Amino acid sequence: MRAISIIYRRELGTYLRSPFGWVIAAILLLIAGFLCQGYAMSGEQLSADVLKKYFYVASALPLFGGVLLSFRLLSEERQNNSMVLLNTSPIRDSHIVLGKFFAALSFLAILLLLSVYMPVMIKINGKITGAQVLVGYIGLLLLGAATLAIGLLGSALTRQQLIAAVLSAAMVAIICFIHLLASKVDSPLKDVIEQVDLWWVHFQYGFMVGVLNLKDVVYYLAITYFFLLLSIKTLEAKRWQ
Amino acid sequence: MIRASNLSKFYGGKRALGPVSFEIKDGETVGFLGLNGAGKTTALRILACDLRPSAGTIEVGGVDAVAEPHEVRKRIGFLPENPPLYADMIVTDYLRFAGELRGMTREQVKRRLPEVLEITDLGDVSTDPIGTLSHGYRQRVGVAQAIVHDPKFLILDEPTRGLDPVQIVEMRNLIHDLKQNHTVLISSHILTEISQTCDRLLVLGRGKILGVGSEQDLAASESEIRQVSVTIRPPSGDDPKGQIRTVLAAVDGVQGVADPYEQGGGLLYVLSTTKDCRAEVSRAVVQGKLDLIKLDYARSELENTFIRLVGGADASN
Repeated sequence: MRAISIIYRRELGTYLRSPFGWVIAAILLLIAGFLCQGYAMSGEQLSADVLKKYFYVASALPLFGGVLLSFRLLSEERQNNSMVLLNTSPIRDSHIVLGKFFAALSFLAILLLLSVYMPVMIKINGKITGAQVLVGYIGLLLLGAATLAIGLLGSALTRQQLIAAVLSAAMVAIICFIHLLASKVDSPLKDVIEQVDLWWVHFQYGFMVGVLNLKDVVYYLAITYFFLLLSIKTLEAKRWQ
Repeated sequence: MIRASNLSKFYGGKRALGPVSFEIKDGETVGFLGLNGAGKTTALRILACDLRPSAGTIEVGGVDAVAEPHEVRKRIGFLPENPPLYADMIVTDYLRFAGELRGMTREQVKRRLPEVLEITDLGDVSTDPIGTLSHGYRQRVGVAQAIVHDPKFLILDEPTRGLDPVQIVEMRNLIHDLKQNHTVLISSHILTEISQTCDRLLVLGRGKILGVGSEQDLAASESEIRQVSVTIRPPSGDDPKGQIRTVLAAVDGVQGVADPYEQGGGLLYVLSTTKDCRAEVSRAVVQGKLDLIKLDYARSELENTFIRLVGGADASN
């Protein structure tokens, strides 16, 4: 735990010190704000529908933010040669991956927190419950955790940051749109593919409408665990090379 | 003690190192000398537990580096060719981070930091972001991170790479200071740097050890032809050059006398000798009633040895 905390503090410090994290946060919040205003709040509609549309738009924050915040986490260390410091220190690869993951997740949580003013506006002007908002944000955070874990794997696979970014984005896009493939095949493969989907099935039918399904929570935790494990194994394989 | 036995490293099918075996005693300063691609960095990275050897064993302080790498990592400080720095961090924060990574508590790092900053002369820039420092200072920060946890073994890969002459002297002095408390391993292809800093040399070429020992040991083992340069004021007479040549050629140990050239108001002769015969030369010059202006022992023996060793390796491959 101590090693994870050391890596976590350094990594979070990097997000908070450098303009990189804040620029990403500003751009994503700006886009989310415009989309919320132009799409979710246009015309007369039920406030629950407005909130649903808001979460539809806001899911871009963890999806894009997750990739943008994670692609450099390990590839940059290799590119700048600072990985040698970590590799020659008595810490495990899991400590490196988890420290970085939790730092990125914390920054993403800050980013999500900064977007709370939008549902607060909906609540002030309409009839929605705090629980609906809370469930939506739990969903955004879990979606972000899964995206960050996928991005970390992309970052672990290569030392080139650009390639890491493309790999991460490609993996997230595939898992997000894999439900389109489900309509082309028959059961039981169709059911399996549907359940793998990152966004459509587990976010839109659950968290986005204010429904907290245990299976959706388990799914996101499982995806996060799976990709973090792959990242650790990739790092272990590369550590001694 | 560091003990390597039949150490080899392959990248794919290409041999980068080995098999090599060597021992480094506690308190020694050993230089890994070799041309680019000789296997120096590979050897040092294996010793620092940054690379796993393809074959062979390595023990650091009695601990198997492959079986228990974390134990070895606690005892080693490593400065790679490119220092592992974070440009966005300030120097003290970075050293605190490096110390904690090596298992130190915050309190231990806090107590150790002033000493490290003093040894590496980083006090003036301790609150500066690393990204704003000059190359020389960055190299010092690299050394500081390697010694922050006070390791028994210190591995420095090309520590003077890219430094200007003043910075090289400063780095050499720093290494001299570090020798007092650490077993130091340095790699370099700069012969003078190695010969001035190290107790013992390990000459590598094409991944193999070509020679081990002190500068004198290596030269002696190679039946070195040494050089003595002597500057003599030309005597009056018909054939001053011939007279001098006769005197010098008769000295015990002198195998050849090169044609002289004028320098500093005298004639400079370079003598090929089988030993350091400066005393014999000076006696002969005085007895021959010649005026001795300057006598020097040419310091090119290490270069000669090195070139011959490396040349031999190239020829055998």
